[in-house]
Amino acid sequence: MKKVTILISVFFWVAASIFGASLSEILEKGVLVMGTEATFPPFEFVNEKNEITGFDVEIGKALAEKLGVKLEVKDMAFDGLLPALNVGKFDIIIAGMTITDDRKKVVSFSDKYFEAGQAVVVNGNDKKYNSLQELSGKKVAVQAGTTGDLMISEVEGTDVIRFSKYTEAFLELSLKRVEAVVIDYSTAESYLKTNKKLSVASPILSEESYGIAIKKDNTDLLKAVNEFLKEFKDNGYDELNQKWFE
Amino acid sequence: MDFLNSFSLLLKGAGVTLYISGFSMLFGLAAGTAVGIMRVSRRKYLSIPAGCYVEFIRGTPLLVQIFLIYFGLPTLGFDIPADIAAILALTINSAAYVAEIVRAGIQSIGKGQFTASKSLGLNAFQTMTEIILPQAFRNTLPAIGNEFIALIKESSLISVIGIAELTRQGQFIISRTFMSFEIYAGVALIYFAMTFTISRIFRIIEKKVIVP
Repeated sequence: MKKVTILISVFFWVAASIFGASLSEILEKGVLVMGTEATFPPFEFVNEKNEITGFDVEIGKALAEKLGVKLEVKDMAFDGLLPALNVGKFDIIIAGMTITDDRKKVVSFSDKYFEAGQAVVVNGNDKKYNSLQELSGKKVAVQAGTTGDLMISEVEGTDVIRFSKYTEAFLELSLKRVEAVVIDYSTAESYLKTNKKLSVASPILSEESYGIAIKKDNTDLLKAVNEFLKEFKDNGYDELNQKWFE
Repeated sequence: MDFLNSFSLLLKGAGVTLYISGFSMLFGLAAGTAVGIMRVSRRKYLSIPAGCYVEFIRGTPLLVQIFLIYFGLPTLGFDIPADIAAILALTINSAAYVAEIVRAGIQSIGKGQFTASKSLGLNAFQTMTEIILPQAFRNTLPAIGNEFIALIKESSLISVIGIAELTRQGQFIISRTFMSFEIYAGVALIYFAMTFTISRIFRIIEKKVIVP
């Protein structure tokens, strides 16, 4: 009987060491691994030098600096981020990810580090929408798995077409194959700078907060991240905000 | 200047595509040949597992297989890097198709060849390696070429686990420049250059080994 107990505890010990590094392990390794989906400018994207950069990446860098470790950024499909975090492919996710109750069931979130919201984008500038309900009965394109997707999917009667990239959703809109795209306001803004045919046709329709996702049992790391955010908001955040959004 | 930069990034992605699919082709060809031979074996303990393998892999989407290997293996305690997971998934997938090609190739060889080998005193192993497989190889060349081309194209699916191969590099550039059409056209051209080269190489080999 005793042997079995030892065996089981060894198993859990091994399992715990495989699934996601705790704060002390990160400090020991000297590397903080951040997961993101690098086609979401200005939060994360790949620049001309083939490096992943953006608002979120610089937050990750500042966090790593505070911990005294190096930052390693890994790119992955947005739908794959949470599963990958939970099997220990990375330590944190900073990916313009909205804090939602459903996501909170599988991971922990830090305090919010950015306020965002969804907006409706249309082709031309003659239509206006004041709520998502007004899109009922219409074809709407979204990026799969994003907050825009979750919100419009709850509106009855809409025909939601999901793309893995939001640029594909905008392409569909440019070709007039869909009525509208529901997407993060800040992303829409940056895309519309290059495409004059499309326009934002609604106010910001939701209040969302982006948070840093961390594996559930990784409480030490969560605490360290929240401490970092508190400090960073007083010192450094405004400059970063200005650099990427103004 | 921007065009040249984008193009060189796409080529970098194409290099990753070639690296992943190249290894998968080699391993898939070796594993698939073994499984194909097992499938035609009269020994049930060889033919039944081989049959199950082929049916299961052929009957499930490659995308799901990639997720199973990349996210599933770590839960069992085997954490492997993304590129190894990608090669493993593509190898396992390709081997199933190669196995079917090899099985068809072996079965296309007349029964007389087996009987003749036996009467010459060759054992089963010698018959397979010296008489049957060389002929089957020749018959299956077009199908193998097809499989390699399919593999290169399907390797675009591994972008979902964060491998910066050709398609993913294209998406990176599009998210920065918003030039969807131009970049996807470039991506398509590079894929075509790779698959067309393979197609030509196989035509040359076919001509060399053809029976006059």
